[in-house]
Amino acid sequence: MFFMIVATLFPLTLTPEMSRLRDAAPGVLWIGALLSSLLALEFLFRDDAVDGTLEQFALSGQSLTWMLFAKTCTHWLLTGLPLALSAPIAAAALGVSVDAMPGVVASLALGSFAMSLIGAIGAGLTLGARRGGVLLSLLTLPLAVPILIFGARATQLAISGGDIAPPMYLLGAIAVLGVTLAPLAAAAAVRIGLE
Amino acid sequence: MATWTWFHRLASPPHVYAFARRWTPWFGGFAAVAIVVALYGGLVMAPPDYQQKDAFRMVYVHAPTAWLSLMIYTTMAVAAAVGLIWRMKVAHAAAAACAPVGAWMTVAALGTGMLYGKPMWGTYWVWDPRLTAELVLLFLYFGYMGLRAGIEDPVKADKASAVLAVVGVINVPIIKFSVEWWNSLHQTATVMQMGKPKMDFDMLWPLLLMLLGFLLYFITVLLIRLRAELLRRERNASWVREVLA
Repeated sequence: MFFMIVATLFPLTLTPEMSRLRDAAPGVLWIGALLSSLLALEFLFRDDAVDGTLEQFALSGQSLTWMLFAKTCTHWLLTGLPLALSAPIAAAALGVSVDAMPGVVASLALGSFAMSLIGAIGAGLTLGARRGGVLLSLLTLPLAVPILIFGARATQLAISGGDIAPPMYLLGAIAVLGVTLAPLAAAAAVRIGLE
Repeated sequence: MATWTWFHRLASPPHVYAFARRWTPWFGGFAAVAIVVALYGGLVMAPPDYQQKDAFRMVYVHAPTAWLSLMIYTTMAVAAAVGLIWRMKVAHAAAAACAPVGAWMTVAALGTGMLYGKPMWGTYWVWDPRLTAELVLLFLYFGYMGLRAGIEDPVKADKASAVLAVVGVINVPIIKFSVEWWNSLHQTATVMQMGKPKMDFDMLWPLLLMLLGFLLYFITVLLIRLRAELLRRERNASWVREVLA
């Protein structure tokens, strides 16, 4: 929802001219996706930390790493995936042709997955902090820069009709790195927050 | 066993405090000498560059700050990792002492780079990968300091910020490598490259001396900050009362 509003605001602030909007579309889509996933990340662990669910996770004897990984995947299924699936509507409104849609959806889906994983570390670290929301964006955005670079590149290539495979591979590499390392770091962060 | 004695001593705040107090004047003195000599060598003795004229002299401040900004981050991450793994309070204090110095070095590198860029490239700022990576590094420092300040419990703040520092260091090579990929992205944009000028020895030695001077300066400031940090953290310990008495 937030994503759609952001995407709508750009034609109002930039220019309603379709050709120029199409040039700006990758940036608009990715900034919108980044901001909305940041908003959503705040609620990744917060509610569970408040009502004690996270403590039960940590005490359950199961691996906290796997639990948080599952939780992050669920979070992505409920926020990142719908965002990627709704992206064609916003993209079409920005003058992107129908042929480019699979590439746009794929890059945003993969990118938001990597974003959720990296964001889980930040969300875990800011559990014990005051004004966690502001801090969360301060911590997560620098780490999200590579995702943004390759994701926007893939979207741009999809729109201009190029081969999106190279940036998608790199995006996939970041996601794989995130899958292997981020849950470990997030579990360490959550444990610190719970102490 | 003897090799581990110094390592265990590093974990003891009074010992580190005494060490820092003893060595601060030495590092500070040599830093001052090296920087003054390098300044004279760089600003007076080195010949003007045939292309960049006198403006190239900015490199004597710019390169050391940029180099240190990365090195301090690595130092900070190593100290944080040591603190996490061996639960050393002193290592956490050292990491905390590193962050503001590193952030300032990054600001200095960006600032002098902008002043350098104006006469060389005709603009203060271009969205060159190297510049952007340096800016991201600054945000990493800010995030680290923000997280430390945002958590009230000091032990939690130590550990959480240490995790962030270690995670952030993974990002440094990623940003570094993205330099090449990003260049292919913005082929139409004018990518400014300093290139590797085959520097004349007359120009090179002040730069190397300046690097050494800045490194010593960093160690000096780090030791001073570390002492303050240790006093603040250990303010209820008996050794602090003895030291300050």
